[in-house]
Formats: sequence, C-alpha cells, structure tokens
Amino acid sequence: MGVGCWKLGVDVDLSVQIGALTLRNPIIAASGCFGYGIEYAGVVDLSLLGGIAVKGLFLAEREGHPPERIVETPAGMLNAIGLQGIGVHRFIREKLPELRDRRATVIVNICGSTLDEYVELARILSDAEGVAALELNISCPNIKEGGITFGCSLTGTHAVVSAVKKVTRLPVIPKLTPNVTDVASFARASEDAGADAVSLVNTFLAMAIDVETRRPKLSNIVGGLSGPAIRPIAVRMVYECRRTVKIPVIGMGGIASATDTLEFLIAGATAVQVGTANFADPFIWTKLLDGLRAYLQRHGIARVADLTGTIDTTAREKEWISS
Amino acid sequence: MPVDVEARVIRNTRLSTDYNVIALAAPEIAAATAPGQFVMVKLGHGSTPLLRRPFSVFEILRTSGRVDGLTLLSKRVGVTTGMLFDAVEGDVVSCLGPLGRPYAPVDPPAEAWMVAGGVGLAPFATLTEALRARGTTVTLFYGARTGRELFYLDWFRERGVRLVLSTEDGSAGDRGRVTLPLERELQGAAGRSLMVYACGPEPMLAAVARVAATSHQPSQVSVERVMGCGLGGCYSCVIPLRNGPKGHHYVRSCIGGPVFDGDRVVWD
Repeated sequence: MGVGCWKLGVDVDLSVQIGALTLRNPIIAASGCFGYGIEYAGVVDLSLLGGIAVKGLFLAEREGHPPERIVETPAGMLNAIGLQGIGVHRFIREKLPELRDRRATVIVNICGSTLDEYVELARILSDAEGVAALELNISCPNIKEGGITFGCSLTGTHAVVSAVKKVTRLPVIPKLTPNVTDVASFARASEDAGADAVSLVNTFLAMAIDVETRRPKLSNIVGGLSGPAIRPIAVRMVYECRRTVKIPVIGMGGIASATDTLEFLIAGATAVQVGTANFADPFIWTKLLDGLRAYLQRHGIARVADLTGTIDTTAREKEWISS
Repeated sequence: MPVDVEARVIRNTRLSTDYNVIALAAPEIAAATAPGQFVMVKLGHGSTPLLRRPFSVFEILRTSGRVDGLTLLSKRVGVTTGMLFDAVEGDVVSCLGPLGRPYAPVDPPAEAWMVAGGVGLAPFATLTEALRARGTTVTLFYGARTGRELFYLDWFRERGVRLVLSTEDGSAGDRGRVTLPLERELQGAAGRSLMVYACGPEPMLAAVARVAATSHQPSQVSVERVMGCGLGGCYSCVIPLRNGPKGHHYVRSCIGGPVFDGDRVVWD
C-alpha cells in the first residue's frame, strides 16, 4: 500500500447492488473464461468472488467448434469456442449443488437459438436452487444461430429481455455486443424492456491469418477479440451506457489489474467482469480485491458503490472550450 | 492442487541452436509432479505474451536427496520458447503446476516402450524414474531430424534404458520416422505384455497409436493442443475422443489429459 493510508485498517464496503441482488464485491468471473466455476475451486475460494458468470448454457449439450479455437494476438486473444457446453439440465444436476456448497454467487449465462429457448431456460433456472441472476447471452460472435441475432437488433433485444422478465423473478442482465454502431441504444432497449442491469462488452468480431499457409488461424475463420487490446474501447462503451441508462452497468473488456477495474468503475460500471486475465493468472482475484480495497482506503471512500460513475470531465471540457 | 511459483532460473543449458534445458527453482511443484504432468509458464510482465504456455516437466532436480527444482526441455519456435532460450540465471519465470492427468506407469512383467519425437522427449525422464522404481524394463524409441538433435542419451543409458534411435537424415539409428523401428520391434514382440507411451507431434502420436493397436498393444499418448489456461477454463485445448461406434466428443486436454489412451483419440 502506498503513502497516505490514513484510513489503513478501516474496512471498506465492497458490496454492490444489481437489481434486487447484492454482490459481496464488484468482481465477477466472466462467462466463458471460468468454466462452470468448479474447475477453479482448487486455486481460488469461489465465495471470495462477487459472482461467477458460468459458461454459456443452451438447453441441450453442445460440441462447439473444432480446434483451433484460440489464437493469441497483440495484447489479446481471439476465440471461437462455439459454446461447447453441458446443457442446462446437466448443469443443474452436476455443477450447481457444488457451487451452492462453496457459497458461490452464481450468474447463469443463457443462450438460445430462439426466443422460446431463452424463456424455457429462464423458467428452468428460476426453479433451481442457488441461481442468483440470469445473464442473457445475446452477443456471442461465434455461432450463427440465435443469440447475436437478438443482440444486433433493438427490437430483438427488447423482445428477448421482456419475454424472459415475464417468466422469472431473478435479476436479468443482457450481455451486449460491441459489434454495433451505438451500444448505448441497446442498453436503453434493455432498460425499456425491464432489464435489471446490462453487462458489456462481449468480444469484438475479429480474425487472424497465417500468411505462410494463407489460412485463417481459427477453424471458425472469425472469432472474438478479448484482452487488454480492447480495454479502452470497452471503457468508452461503459461510459456511454452509464450516461444513457439508470440501471447498473457491469463493465468488462481486458481488465487485468485493480487499476483497470477502477477505470471501469469510474467510467460508470457498478461491477466488472474479468475473463482473459484469469487465463494467465488464476490467482488474480485476491490481487484485484486487495488493490481495490487499498485504493478506497487511500482515497477515503467508504463504499465502492460511491465510486461508480465519478469520472470528472469538467476540467477537460473547460480546457476544450477555452482552447 | 496446483501452485503458482515465481521461479528463479538456476541455469539454462543450450543443447543446440534451438533446444535448451532450463532449470527452475520450483521445489513445491517439482515435489508434487507425476510423470507426464505439465506446468503453465509465463515470462515477463507485459501483454506479450499474454497467455501462459504449457511445458511437460522434464527432470525433477534433487540435491542430496531433497527436491529443489525442475527442468523444462524447450525448442525455440515462438515468443515464449524464445524467451526461455534466452533466459539467464537469476531471471524469474512464472510457473503454474503441476497440471494434468499423468501417465500410468506399468509394473513388471509388463515392459514399457516409450516413443519420443523431438521435444516430445520431455515427459520421459520422470516416467523413466517412476518405471525404474517399479523395476519395469524400459525401452526408449527416440526420433529426431538429425543425430545432433538427439539429447540426453547418456542420461537414459545410465538408468538402464535401452535406446532405439532414428533420424530423418539417417545420421543416427534408423533413417526415417520413429514409428519405423517401433513397428518392426512390435512385430517381433507378439504375445509380450507391453505398454506403449508416446509424446511428440500429433501425426506421430496417431501413427504410434495405430501401430500399437495393430499389434494389440495398449498405448498412452500425451497430446499438445493450443492451450489458454491449463485449468479447464477456456475450452481451447480440446481433442476428440471416441464416443460410441461413430461419434466423438471434445475433451479438454488440460484436465482430461494431456495423457489419453491412444485408442480413444479420434485422429484425423
């Protein structure tokens, strides 16, 4: 901890509110980057995390795309996993009881090929014990059917959010794609449809080519870019959404340190998700939480929730006007 | 339970212009490593490379009986292996492990036939130690491009391992692929109880699994797929395993493997 820790030892309140759900802290493991959570139980106490957004689930099991599924790019990586998964029924039977025993806050990420599939998934999960919230995957860039079709249309986004809201009392969090012209309008469509929060951003549609063979490096040809490379764009999108909607914004995109986390919170995120950085450092969670706590103490901020959206743009605007 | 160790480089031995053996002070990992397990390695603190890379643990280092480190056998092909090649004593390598499903060593009277291609030699030092402790007879079929890239031959000889060498240029042992002498000896070993262990490029593994199955011998192969995390989080390192007569399903090689029964893998 640096100098000026005048409140050293005074505990800060890291809890945040997502609709009716209270998270013990704002750091959530991002869907698709943390398996079903159980995989990491050996290296991290799952109850330390604010939440775990489990790997996206369809009703049925899915095989996903053939390898190669990931490729590293400058300060980032592309993935096209294709949502390999065990389906909602096996998840409830095989994973949820252990997540519950480990006191994890479980956010289930659901994907549908049709509106009815989202509704059915929401119904099934609302009856399952130990689910804290639903994240609607309407933004996976790697599968052709469903999902992204809803996420790239304002009416589609509105339709899927309101349909799911009708059948569940769980907080509903649509996960938005950055692959649109104006992501804030999708946050507004979500809010209008009754969403309890929005999470953003999913990955940026991208590709990489092996010039020797002239073949795409991913079997799916295109994939989603994540990692530090996308962080400044994600911060900007979170900032725009915060200014557009009143519901909480959950920010993500290349977070790899406490400073990165703070940047998202100050831009307007109530909570954040961490994905790619967990691959390189599965022990990152305590580092992020310690860093966050130290910052709040150093700045004399009692509650992390008070930091959300506190970006100060006045000086910049004045400078700009006077120049 | 895997641990993350900021491991100091004890020494770095260049074996050729591409190959090196790097010794790391990671006793916690070394003491817990079973044959065929791997570590996820990262050098530097920036975003390049962003992800860790998997390496089989090569040797377990001991000083007067106490485990004090491990080595990795590396071939320079990319950013991380380039940094491993260039690393000097005192550098720090972030090392997460031990990870993955190890080889299952066989007991006598079964014999162990290990088949290594190039840098695929890596898991066979620890496997040799485990087999020797059981009194199992060990043969190493070891193939490389050229005789200058056959390393640690004395290490294996000193431990009573019979060596069968092959090189693509014919400069040592049989000329051609490592499966050439393997197939020949398998034909002469009908009825004997063997376990074939393999590590190397995937086409080699496919060929080893095939010739072993043809001779009605079991095989355990260690695969290498592009791996993002090593813990089962990213689903990138999958390999198709047979699932019924026609189907297959994708299994994560980091936690389901990297060692698989050769006849379960769907080779394409």
